[in-house]
Amino acid sequence: MPVYEPWDAKRGAEIIAEHTLLEGATLVILHALQEAFGYVPEPAIPMIASALNLSRAEVHGVFTFYHDFRHKPAGRHVLKLCRAEACQAAGGDALAARAEAKLGVKIGNTTADERVTLEPIYCLGLCATAPSAMLDGRVVGRLDEARIDALVAEAQR
Amino acid sequence: MNLRIFIPRDAGAIAVGADEVALALQQAAAKRGAAVEIVRTGSRGLYWLEPMLEVSTAKGRLAFGPVPPADVASVLEAMLTDGPHALRLGLTEEIPWLKRQTRLTFARCGIIDPRSVDDYRAHDGYKGLERALTLTSDAILADVTTSGLRGRGGAGFPTGIKWKTVAQTGADQKYIVCNADEGDSGTFADRMIMEGDPFVVIEGMTIAGVAVGATKGYIYIRSEYPHAIEAMNAAIAAAKRAGYLGSSIGGSKHRFDLEVRVGAGAYVCGEETSLLESLEGRRGIVRAKPPLPAHKGLFGKPTVINNVLSFAAIPFILAGGAKAYADFGMGRSRGTMPIQLAGNIKHGGLFEIAFGITLGELVDDIGGGTFTGRPVRAVQVGGPLGAYFPRALFDTPFDYEAFAARDGLIGHGGIVVFDDSVDMAKQARFAMEFCAIESCGKCTPCRIGSTRGVETIDKIRSGERVAENLAVVEDLCNTMKFGSLCALGGFTPYPVMSALKHFREDFGPAPTRLQAAE
Repeated sequence: MPVYEPWDAKRGAEIIAEHTLLEGATLVILHALQEAFGYVPEPAIPMIASALNLSRAEVHGVFTFYHDFRHKPAGRHVLKLCRAEACQAAGGDALAARAEAKLGVKIGNTTADERVTLEPIYCLGLCATAPSAMLDGRVVGRLDEARIDALVAEAQR
Repeated sequence: MNLRIFIPRDAGAIAVGADEVALALQQAAAKRGAAVEIVRTGSRGLYWLEPMLEVSTAKGRLAFGPVPPADVASVLEAMLTDGPHALRLGLTEEIPWLKRQTRLTFARCGIIDPRSVDDYRAHDGYKGLERALTLTSDAILADVTTSGLRGRGGAGFPTGIKWKTVAQTGADQKYIVCNADEGDSGTFADRMIMEGDPFVVIEGMTIAGVAVGATKGYIYIRSEYPHAIEAMNAAIAAAKRAGYLGSSIGGSKHRFDLEVRVGAGAYVCGEETSLLESLEGRRGIVRAKPPLPAHKGLFGKPTVINNVLSFAAIPFILAGGAKAYADFGMGRSRGTMPIQLAGNIKHGGLFEIAFGITLGELVDDIGGGTFTGRPVRAVQVGGPLGAYFPRALFDTPFDYEAFAARDGLIGHGGIVVFDDSVDMAKQARFAMEFCAIESCGKCTPCRIGSTRGVETIDKIRSGERVAENLAVVEDLCNTMKFGSLCALGGFTPYPVMSALKHFREDFGPAPTRLQAAE
């Protein structure tokens, strides 16, 4: 399970300052903030804007364009199920429905106890060992009912 | 003497237990008191055999697979005693699936340690750059042109012409950008080569820098590929230490620096102008062309932007192989293509071969049909924007023009196999839905057309005025195809229209069934 720091403006400013000299630094900074805090806290947006001499709207626009960036923390564990064609061909739809039923949430949501965030991912590049998934950065292929059940159980711990 | 055992660190192998196997092997060797050196390589690309272990012998590498952790001790015993084992596959190079390939780009993948410049050099690495450093820019460009290499990302534009345009454009700064935003489902060749032989990508980009006079390069890797990001970063650091990146590459007067940038989950950023926007730190909104990136690319400067596989093909070509490369292939598709067999397939993996092999050979002979054992009904070639082909078109040769002539595309070379349980109307709906999710929103046909497409296909599937709604889908597809700025909106009609054309019976309640019900 990844461990994140609580939001702290001073720490946020340090992270931003580390990258401001890079060409086209916005995405790099957003990634770095999310890596530290688990999401991109709202107060960071104007701080990035001011550091890069951009408008708040521009930074907000970048932040909201990309699927990866979160505006609030995810559950303790993030389970991403590949929902693209190769995994569909290998029975991924039924396994995704099974995971949704076990967790009691639809894909794209977090369980009420905030333990598990279930997300779609469009291709992990594990298409010859489909269906595949990623639990907190660990990849798993050749999923079947037993394996998806084990993954869900692990995520719920 | 230490026994050298090779275990892939490729994400596809890790996903099926390669790390657990490596750990079990260490423990088994310690328990038995055997002196074993474990080398973590890339994957050979025979994924149904992963985790595949290889051991160095006097005759060559001997393979075992697929090895579950529970069998590691007995496999080790067979390796130490050269004894029999149920998982023993014989010499790796003699495995027919591998022997039948022509591995030019993937020559080293699965063989070398992807963290070691020395190992790369010991297997003919950096020969292309060393020769390029003795040549003029024109001579390098001539080699690339002679090879007939076309962009492996999918568009198939001649690489030599692209590079020449950048070389001839004057500017104080030029860039080399590697498109490693491999978002197409069914494709994983970029991931494999970055994880298994990252130096070949670095070498290809460096040669491009020397050829066009660029001193800075970026590799834009999707965030879904953490193992590839780690491998490329490690390789860049190693190449720097060895003097192959930095202020005087290979002891020459040329400077070339390389940096990895990570995407953030936007499929459209695989489109080159959207990728450039993203690299500049903006929303991945597609740019109108012209100007071409070769004239005004990254930060408005002349930029060579190519796919990972295009750059990875370059070292072989520059090491004196331009003519040899061009001798492979058919028609205007020269050289080899790393084809990826995926989805519901018995023998899935990476199959590099000269252009010209037929779709049927790839799916039936090499892929062995489906792993569910049911008949193959459809294959999607070229990712989410590629057409679905029925068995009737399995005689199509793998070639840019031959696929285009049959309303399809080879794209990045991925083939996803479906068995007869597939619902093609559902697949057509998914194509529209995916386009709606991933559209950058700049042009109306893509942004609105995809959403209307989902709604209309839903109506068809529920039997609502099927004939009229099919006409609407066709009309939408035409608008998207001819009115979109980039391939996302422009090519989404391929899977939709091919599903409609070849699998019409899946759309709406079948008329015969309706009659029976009445």
